[in-house]
Amino acid sequence: MPDAPVSRPHRRVRVLPRRRPRDEASGAWYPRWYWPGFALPGTLWMLVLFLLPFYVVVSIAFGTVDPVFQSPLPVYEPWWWTSRYLREEWAFATGEFRAVELRTIVYVVLATAICLVIAYAVAYYVARFGGKRKGLFLALLIAPFFISYLMRMLSWVELLQPNGYVNTVLTFLHITPHPINWLAGVPFTVVMGLVYGYIPYMVLPLYGFLDRIDQSQLEAGRDLGASPFRTFIRVTLPLSKPAILASLVIVTLPMFGDYYTNNLLSGSPKTTMFGNLLDNSMEATGQGPEAAVLVLFLVVFLMIPMLYYLRQTAKAQRDQ
Amino acid sequence: MSETVSARPAADRRRAGPAVHLAPSKKTRTPLGWWRNPWRRPYILATVTWAYLAWSLLPVLIAIGISFSAGRSNAVWQGFSTQWWWGHPKSDPSGALFVSPELHAALIQSLRLSFLTMFIAVPIGVAFAIGISRWRGPAPAGANFLMLFSFVIPEIIIGISMFLFFTYLLKFVHLGTGAQLLSLVTYQVSYPVIIVRARMLTVGREYEEAATDLGASPTQAVRRVLLPLLYPAILVSFVLVFADTIDDFITVRYLSGGASTEPLSVKIYDFSRGTLTPAINAAATFLLFSTLVIALLGVYLYRRITSGQRGQAQEMSDYLT
Repeated sequence: MPDAPVSRPHRRVRVLPRRRPRDEASGAWYPRWYWPGFALPGTLWMLVLFLLPFYVVVSIAFGTVDPVFQSPLPVYEPWWWTSRYLREEWAFATGEFRAVELRTIVYVVLATAICLVIAYAVAYYVARFGGKRKGLFLALLIAPFFISYLMRMLSWVELLQPNGYVNTVLTFLHITPHPINWLAGVPFTVVMGLVYGYIPYMVLPLYGFLDRIDQSQLEAGRDLGASPFRTFIRVTLPLSKPAILASLVIVTLPMFGDYYTNNLLSGSPKTTMFGNLLDNSMEATGQGPEAAVLVLFLVVFLMIPMLYYLRQTAKAQRDQ
Repeated sequence: MSETVSARPAADRRRAGPAVHLAPSKKTRTPLGWWRNPWRRPYILATVTWAYLAWSLLPVLIAIGISFSAGRSNAVWQGFSTQWWWGHPKSDPSGALFVSPELHAALIQSLRLSFLTMFIAVPIGVAFAIGISRWRGPAPAGANFLMLFSFVIPEIIIGISMFLFFTYLLKFVHLGTGAQLLSLVTYQVSYPVIIVRARMLTVGREYEEAATDLGASPTQAVRRVLLPLLYPAILVSFVLVFADTIDDFITVRYLSGGASTEPLSVKIYDFSRGTLTPAINAAATFLLFSTLVIALLGVYLYRRITSGQRGQAQEMSDYLT
């Protein structure tokens, strides 16, 4: 904070010395509730419509069954919580659902890895060699943000149909003798769909970071005799580590809750992911507790990456 | 920030490469020599980039094309027609986007939800961002944490918790437009907060201080000095919230409470899993066009507001990265 100018008018302060705000730099008198007042609607909204619903989820997960109607009964007092549903679902989670959980992790890790390789290459090329075309590249990289996720998936559903253009090309080139039914539970299709869906969210943050890297550091590496590859490994890559981690988290978090990519591109139980378990638990009526417990599991599972991302964001804001 | 990227010397040297540094010798003409030449242009990276761009955008262009197909197939284009948009006298018109009562109602619902969400979420978010940036103490950090948490959490979790909230606790909010709107705003309000907050940090508080030192009241300082400085960020928030809301089907689907309040995005999702006709392509294309119209409007207003200021395109992309 800059030092307060000496000749600042202080008349307000002299009239109301006790209510003087703490920040010295401002010349006007700010009522104590002035700035909190701005944040109040948003804060209240989030408390009532984000935190409270989550408390309802917890209360249902730890709740009981209505003795008369046999319907789920949320318990809002923590001292009367029961772990009945939790134990039931835990038995599922460690038994029947284990294959689904492992598959989810494998798909997400694979898709994220492929995303990273492609996104880094693209972001690196545009940031360093974009030259005069940088604006065009940026527009094309931003375009997927304005095209709905659904439309992007829909276009693949159509391309991958048995009589779709992908099969037409493949059979024309004699790569496969018969059209392949890509949409009948092929893991490759699902992973490709995940990559296709989430890669734009990775390219842009990586580009934003790589574009800000000081080129003189790379030139120093080259001038001191390192090959381009070595410069990349020893200078660029270590510098971009925070951006890589942040973009990995950005892409991974929604993938763990994704059910729609899977449902649209496969719909087969052979490729069910954790998001599908959540979605299925919502389709059947009276399944509130199951959905609540699964949500709880997912939140606990994702807590560390989420907190990591929040901390990085807070740090970036402080450093700015 | 465009000034800091002084890539020129390095890039130019690379482009003019062999001619300047290594006169075309035998060494660089053999394939291995070409590969080892440290100043050759990055052909592989360029190929990857162009291939990526084609892969990410061509399928969508094909899907837009199919919405103007004359056939029933949604996999192959069968001649030009607008029958899936406005119907055709010879074919059954009930399947067309603007004719089918179901799709037409969904279209109206989509637009209604997006505009309402935009006009509720952006003011709340902007006020929140302003307040949180100036208010000192531990309380704003907690509120901001809550806000950012809603940004990183998978959307399906918000959808499910909202559904359970409205069915078990807040029973007087019936599933339908009201519940959809409340949850959409909850999910979207963090966008303007993040964008405006970033802008607040770059603007700093000097302008406001100057205004108050010159005799402006706090409210005048905010309205006449701070808000105009934030207009670009607010505009970007409007566009992004609209684009994201009109495509949203995850939270909204659980809270529809009946086919009559399902927006177009939910219809597209449901139809995509069952009977696909080019009308669904038309619906998706319509969503894309409406987003484009709002985005172009945003760009136009942005130009007007920031006319004469430095690198707008760069700044606009800064918001997204």
